[in-house]
Amino acid sequence: MAVQFLAPESLQNLLTVLEASGYQVMGPQLSEGAIVYDHINDVADLPRGIETLQKPGSYKLQQTSSTRFFNWANGPAALKPLLYKARQALWSCEQVAQAVNGGFVFKDLVPQAVPTAVIGVRPCDIAAMLIQDEHFIQSEYCDPYYKAERDALFTVAVNCSSCAETCFCASTGDGPSLDDGYDLLMDELDSGFLIRAGSTKGEQVLKKLPVTAASEDLTAMAAEQSAHAAEKQKRYLLDENMHANLFSQLDNRRWHDIAERCLSCGNCTSVCPTCFCHRETEQAELDGQSTRHFREWSSCFNADHSVMHGHSLRDSSELRYRQWMLHKLGSWIYQYGRSGCVGCGRCIAWCPAGIDFPAEANAISGEVELWEA
Amino acid sequence: MTTSTKKPRVSVHKFASCSGCQLAFINMGENLIKLTELVDIVHFAEAGPLGPDDEVDISFIEGSITTPHDVERLEKIREKSTFVITVGACATSGGIQALKNNADSDVWMRSIYAKPEYISSLSTSAAIKNHVKVDFELWGCPVDVKQMLAVVRQLLYGVAPLDINEKVCQECKRKNTVCIMVTKGEPCMGPVTRTGCGALCPSFGAPCYACYGPAENSNVKLLGERFIGLGLDQNVVKRKFLSIHNATPAFAEAKLLWSDTEGAQQ
Repeated sequence: MAVQFLAPESLQNLLTVLEASGYQVMGPQLSEGAIVYDHINDVADLPRGIETLQKPGSYKLQQTSSTRFFNWANGPAALKPLLYKARQALWSCEQVAQAVNGGFVFKDLVPQAVPTAVIGVRPCDIAAMLIQDEHFIQSEYCDPYYKAERDALFTVAVNCSSCAETCFCASTGDGPSLDDGYDLLMDELDSGFLIRAGSTKGEQVLKKLPVTAASEDLTAMAAEQSAHAAEKQKRYLLDENMHANLFSQLDNRRWHDIAERCLSCGNCTSVCPTCFCHRETEQAELDGQSTRHFREWSSCFNADHSVMHGHSLRDSSELRYRQWMLHKLGSWIYQYGRSGCVGCGRCIAWCPAGIDFPAEANAISGEVELWEA
Repeated sequence: MTTSTKKPRVSVHKFASCSGCQLAFINMGENLIKLTELVDIVHFAEAGPLGPDDEVDISFIEGSITTPHDVERLEKIREKSTFVITVGACATSGGIQALKNNADSDVWMRSIYAKPEYISSLSTSAAIKNHVKVDFELWGCPVDVKQMLAVVRQLLYGVAPLDINEKVCQECKRKNTVCIMVTKGEPCMGPVTRTGCGALCPSFGAPCYACYGPAENSNVKLLGERFIGLGLDQNVVKRKFLSIHNATPAFAEAKLLWSDTEGAQQ
């Protein structure tokens, strides 16, 4: 379907149509000093005119005179918490008096996912979701818990017209505008929205919206806007042979230098929209008759992540940071055919120590000429 | 279903402490009744049963060791217990009262009490593990009931309790709590603090004050420097670490890292 035009005053129709189509609608909102996805039914709740000021270890909101709804870069969480739950009950087990299967009854706890539409998804977040789709759904073992949530998800992505200082998606090829992976995609212009469908589900919703055909002038303006946003990004990740460079630098002094600045708190991996490491835990009732088995987010910065035979193989921040970067930018390529970094910059802004991930990766790969902080 | 297996015998002992961690047992509610069906509580002075010298499978110990009599009592408990589990900050790291370890306690006693000769006190407040072997430690000021129940359950199953030593940040992110250090510049101790509380304070917008003590692999120096960068005075930074868990090796480092800008007072 061709690109359509949606007037700003018709944005509410999008929410209404999504709701009428059976989705609970979530969208960006201001909460606790950040932009977070939460339930929304009125466009008045969108962060209109808000920009995000992001720097290493710092995230601030700024009200501007802009009348745009999606003029911010991103918030602390991508789509990850909606699809790959931070704490997911996998199965339960009950001991019964009658000896069937040794007296145990196991029950799968695959969720009944609520159909959910998220508006204002950023291109980097769609890119990250496609990476997680590959990991959870398209691999040899399909994860039913992720799949249930993913099948119930409808995405309304919005190309970025502005970027934060921490953004570097242009260099990873994951933004500021999007090619595929969405149900609906919008460009926000001063005069209104360009909107197009990327799936059958998206087409069905688009058909119900009061849209008109978009003029070539407007589509050209949108393309120019995205190109301008890309040009403004000063951070970048070296592309050429990054993975080979990193693997040739296992003994680089800089790992030690990073470790001195690293809190090993794992905030970077938690906010990373592609990180998927977890641990499994058991929550038994005190009487010992029943238990529930959980999967919860973990991190390569935790000691238990590398425990083998009671010994933590990566017992220092040096080895843990190296593991995170080498997997994300190195071995990820062998596993999934691309790097695990989509350039969202969350690991920079949400690092309490303000470590600049692309700067460190570039430096270890030999690029020392960097942007001014 | 009948079973001839003897119920495990459990005791709860108290040393120098506020008794708040024993309250965690009593606050179990319905589970406390369930617990008494699963184990025999042979000594728990705060709740009633008295049998301080009985042999037990598990001794839960609250409080730190501050008197010569404490030492004797603790050694006896250790002899009579298969497992010793410390409960809370005082028993696990010496507690807030371990601040006296940095001062001349005799001088303090003479300046406060009219007849200091009646007081028999050690010059230090020490963790249980400084005197006897400890099999498992439950951190927190106070400990969390859920954590305590999980440990009891794991022991009843006959497995070693799981030691969760990651940082509070991990739990904050799992709860989708927005980081108050990054958005508001709050000096949050989360990045060096052991989780277990469910990241309670940050979820109400208050910075973590490290009541669960240091997490493994904690970078105290870097976090302190970050706080100074956020505008905190060296002395304030030092006090943030030299608080409930001042006697832990990780946090005690703060004494050497930051000078006392308010003069020589301890």
